[in-house]
Amino acid sequence: MSDDAPQIGWSRDEMARRVALDIPSGSYVNLGIGIPELVAKFVPEGRTLIYHTENGLLGMGPSPKPEAADPELINAGKRQVTALPGAAYFHHADSFAMIRGGHLDLCVLGAMQVARSGDLANWSTGEPDAIPAVGGAMDLVAGVKSVYVITQHCTKTGEPKLVDRCTYPLTGRSVVNRVYTELAVIDITSKGFELVELCPGVEFEYVRERTGAPLLRR
Amino acid sequence: MIDKRVQGPSEAVADIHDGATVMIGGFGEAGSPIELIHALIDRGSKGLTVISNNTGSGQVGLAALLKAERVAKVICSFPRTANSTVFPDLYRRGKVELELVPQGTLAERIRAGGAGIPAFYTPAAVGTPLAEGKESRTFDGKEYLLERWLRADFALIKGRSADTHGNVVYHKTARNFGPIMAMAARVAIVQVRSVVQPGAIDPEVVVTPGIFVDRVVEVREPRHESELVAAGATYP
Repeated sequence: MSDDAPQIGWSRDEMARRVALDIPSGSYVNLGIGIPELVAKFVPEGRTLIYHTENGLLGMGPSPKPEAADPELINAGKRQVTALPGAAYFHHADSFAMIRGGHLDLCVLGAMQVARSGDLANWSTGEPDAIPAVGGAMDLVAGVKSVYVITQHCTKTGEPKLVDRCTYPLTGRSVVNRVYTELAVIDITSKGFELVELCPGVEFEYVRERTGAPLLRR
Repeated sequence: MIDKRVQGPSEAVADIHDGATVMIGGFGEAGSPIELIHALIDRGSKGLTVISNNTGSGQVGLAALLKAERVAKVICSFPRTANSTVFPDLYRRGKVELELVPQGTLAERIRAGGAGIPAFYTPAAVGTPLAEGKESRTFDGKEYLLERWLRADFALIKGRSADTHGNVVYHKTARNFGPIMAMAARVAIVQVRSVVQPGAIDPEVVVTPGIFVDRVVEVREPRHESELVAAGATYP
């Protein structure tokens, strides 16, 4: 696809809005860095979600007004945030007890690759020159009740990101429950990738051709 | 009478010897004890093992300690940050060893070190390259990895205020690794904006009890890493 090809499927904001629709009110949620951060903008009216950021805050709110900015009130992406009424600060061991101990309902992460088994690769290309950096991703996928991935369906060079087996180093094995791309919402089931919903105007066949493993209809 | 105050950052770090293992608090710039780190650079200690979540940014604080080539090994979860070029450069030139640890495992290894637990099992990193060489065991049908505690000779930590007994309260998300590093280090050194008398901090809100803290040093106006980096500052 060339850069001037018309946009097919949902925009990043629309993807984030689609994820937000699926999060029940009252959930404790950890949003990863990048596209996942957009989800917070689109929580439907009437729902209250409590956002966890693994560096030590429950009840994270949006970016501060300039006069309220504090370099020591940041999120996991090291961006300045706010603490909403009812928020709590805690140290890292408590923060990861929330994660590993199964107390968080949901995390939304980005991905380099997701396999039909639910394996996730999102921390390293494995290239010898790369600086390996893992952060909290491996703890999140090991402990949070539901793991959603939000990602473009293919890489910039058109390679499928939904694959039979991940070729990049894994973040976790059989950990992803659901994937949201600009083309579709896809569940990981015992049978592999299963279509939940197509983006309006996108054909099943179009998605199937761009998926690196069998895509099943419900 | 207990009084854990020391005069300034240079006195606080005066006995950090060559080859010491030093835990350094902070997640990004939040909680990074820049004044203590700069005093450690002035002290000249070499061959350090540093345990910290990140590797600093720009050429101040933790990045400056690395740039001065005082660090032989880093144990961390995320040695890549915006404006972070010092660590990647040293790592690619083979000048510093890296032990990469998932963030929650890093925190729990430190907590375990402070709590007298030599090892524990965690589900994080099972099936990944970071599990290689680690003992695994299945409990109730699920696989876990054995991880060892982390302890240190010294910890450098930033709090908001402390009393002379070493009871510490923190500032927002700058708390991060401070409480657990204070537990896991033989000598925990805490810089705070204000040192107060015993009784001035409500015992109900003390985050780190003074038993875990050895030295308290007042730094009334600590610098923020992002401001120094934006100003193009370097240290020394």
